[in-house]
Amino acid sequence: MGERQPKSNYEGKDHRPSKKNKKQDPHGTTNHRKIALALSIIPGFGQFYNKQWLKGSAFFILMASFFIAFSDLLQFGFWGLFTLGTDPNYDHSIVLLVEGILTLIVTILGLGVYAFNLRDAFKVGKQRDLNEAPNSVRQQYQNLVGGGFPYLMMTPGFLLLVFVVIFPILFVVLLSFTNYDLYHSPPANLVDWVGFQNFIEIFNIPIWRDTFFSVLAWTVIWTFGATTLQIALGIFLAVLMNQKGIILQKTIRTIFILPWAVPAFVSILVFAGMFNETFGTINRDILAAFGLGDIPWLTNPTYTKIALIMIQTWLGFPFIFAMVTGVLQSIPNELYEAADVDGASIFQKFRSITLPLVLYATAPIMITQYTFNFNNFNVIFLFNGGGPAVPNQNAGGTDILISWIYNLTMTSAQYGKAAAITMILSLIVITVALWQFRRTKSFQEEDMM
Amino acid sequence: MKNNKRILQLTFSYIVILAMITIILYPILWIVGSSFNPGNSLSGSSIIPENATLKHYKELFDPAQSDYLIWYWNTIKICVLTMLFSVALVCMTAYSFSRFRFVGRKNGLMTFLILQMIPNFAALIAIYALANLTGLLDTHLALILVYTGGAIPMNTYLMKGYLDTIPKELDESARMDGAGNFRIFWQIVMPLAKPMIAVICLFTFITPFTDFILARILLRSEDKFTLAVGLYEMIADQFGNEFTLFAAGSVLIAVPISLLFLSLQKYFVTGLTAGGTKG
Repeated sequence: MGERQPKSNYEGKDHRPSKKNKKQDPHGTTNHRKIALALSIIPGFGQFYNKQWLKGSAFFILMASFFIAFSDLLQFGFWGLFTLGTDPNYDHSIVLLVEGILTLIVTILGLGVYAFNLRDAFKVGKQRDLNEAPNSVRQQYQNLVGGGFPYLMMTPGFLLLVFVVIFPILFVVLLSFTNYDLYHSPPANLVDWVGFQNFIEIFNIPIWRDTFFSVLAWTVIWTFGATTLQIALGIFLAVLMNQKGIILQKTIRTIFILPWAVPAFVSILVFAGMFNETFGTINRDILAAFGLGDIPWLTNPTYTKIALIMIQTWLGFPFIFAMVTGVLQSIPNELYEAADVDGASIFQKFRSITLPLVLYATAPIMITQYTFNFNNFNVIFLFNGGGPAVPNQNAGGTDILISWIYNLTMTSAQYGKAAAITMILSLIVITVALWQFRRTKSFQEEDMM
Repeated sequence: MKNNKRILQLTFSYIVILAMITIILYPILWIVGSSFNPGNSLSGSSIIPENATLKHYKELFDPAQSDYLIWYWNTIKICVLTMLFSVALVCMTAYSFSRFRFVGRKNGLMTFLILQMIPNFAALIAIYALANLTGLLDTHLALILVYTGGAIPMNTYLMKGYLDTIPKELDESARMDGAGNFRIFWQIVMPLAKPMIAVICLFTFITPFTDFILARILLRSEDKFTLAVGLYEMIADQFGNEFTLFAAGSVLIAVPISLLFLSLQKYFVTGLTAGGTKG
């Protein structure tokens, strides 16, 4: 609704044809819109043609000052973006890259204003073709205040978003096509564009290929293993607690929520202490009681992986538990009573009534749990730093993609490669997320799109 | 027969519940016990220490011996400021998306949808490089800006979904009475959106509190650290040697946050559920 009336916010408030000029041109011979559009190639002139002197001058001055103010930046910025510098003594490639992106953003904003100018001239021309009076200055002012309100409200958030979210994303995208690393880093050296070389090398150089695929394989196992376990445990406990006749239901539920209430980084660091091979309580107290002990939790990759999955299950099940508990309480009891009459067992009831209803209600959130664990840097890094180290690869034995990217950036300064891997990772996440959102309701709602 | 089965089922349930309670409470009791342990490391200690002591807590509260209080203050400061900025920006943006139809709305919503899928630390190289170039490395301002920017897309979606459910007739009638755009926003719509504002306050407060990676990348000097980074540094170098001090530090973080969380848990579930299903 209202989508076709871009100038007005609330339907029917302005934009009304003026009654004075109701005479229709019988042959429709005037063609003001095309002339106005053509003249607008020089900003403002289309408005002059439409006799909107004030608006025309505003556009003209705006665009002219844009070119005057930014002409240096535009030239220099694009030069820097294309060459990334020519002389390591004077040019800092990364500064040039940043300025290049800035130039790109400024250019896009400028093009936006220019497109608006063309559009405006065309629209007013069309109004004239239909023999409607162009809006008076007063009406234009009202349009600007009314129509500008949403833009005004969004500008601060939008600007921040451009600089701290969109800007970094553009930077990473561009960086993945450069050879920025320890040996090609300013100020001593220049960075160069290398096309798809980073991507090709990740798949062609044996050590990178092996590392990439082993990290990817563990990332997938980790995502599916840990998430599925936490979901299964959450659902199981919720169903268990939903039985009639359990005493202290409320207290027990609160205890079950506790792992979610404690900040995750605290719990993970505590677990790192518990699994410590010299003083940790797992080996020293618990396993020793069973006559076991000295399990290399932090030095053997397999054991570290097992520990990580158990820890994530501990951390992650309470959210599922709380959510499923809510769903269970809304399932009508008649369904179970009917099943009882038919002589269904508990497992039959669970499989045919509870599970479908729960999954139906919570599926989208379950999927976000998978994407969350896919990027769950905290647990991997804080528990054992992605370690232990393993031979023949440049990532730790339990590194997932995101923690590998962190290490490539912060310790081995392989910026270009790290950016390329970030691109691959983002591609995976976006694919999954888009697939998920296509299935949710709001995506199909006419209003949203 | 039927009764026997029922008893069996309940017994089994209680066994599982007891096992779970043990698994959940054991780490918590262990860390609390460790924090009262007299020694610095844990060797030779037990879960219920013999000579329980508060000396680690005292050490943490003594500015001469540890930066812990500074970290606590830094974290609270960053979280509160992030919360305030995010809520203001999110409300304004979501209100525009919900109530107005303007050029670029469709594309804007689409951009937000995609942006909320990419975790903002995925661009950590860029954030690091940018902070380095702009001289914002090792400042709290950089962190607050990054957290706020990262909070906008997802929370705007949440807020927009909620505002869409507030009838537009209310705005219309206020407009008839001569209220301007800003007044409708401030006096009509925002008061009605209080429940969702509470949810967003919670989210935008707790996200920076529990974040580790961005703080770790951007903060360099010890007196700038947040709790997550400080606590990590405290044990990263020589893990065993200061473990009891670390334990005390953990308890002091976990207790207030858990209490806050448990009392507001309802909002978390509503918020996350709304975020997941409404997109």
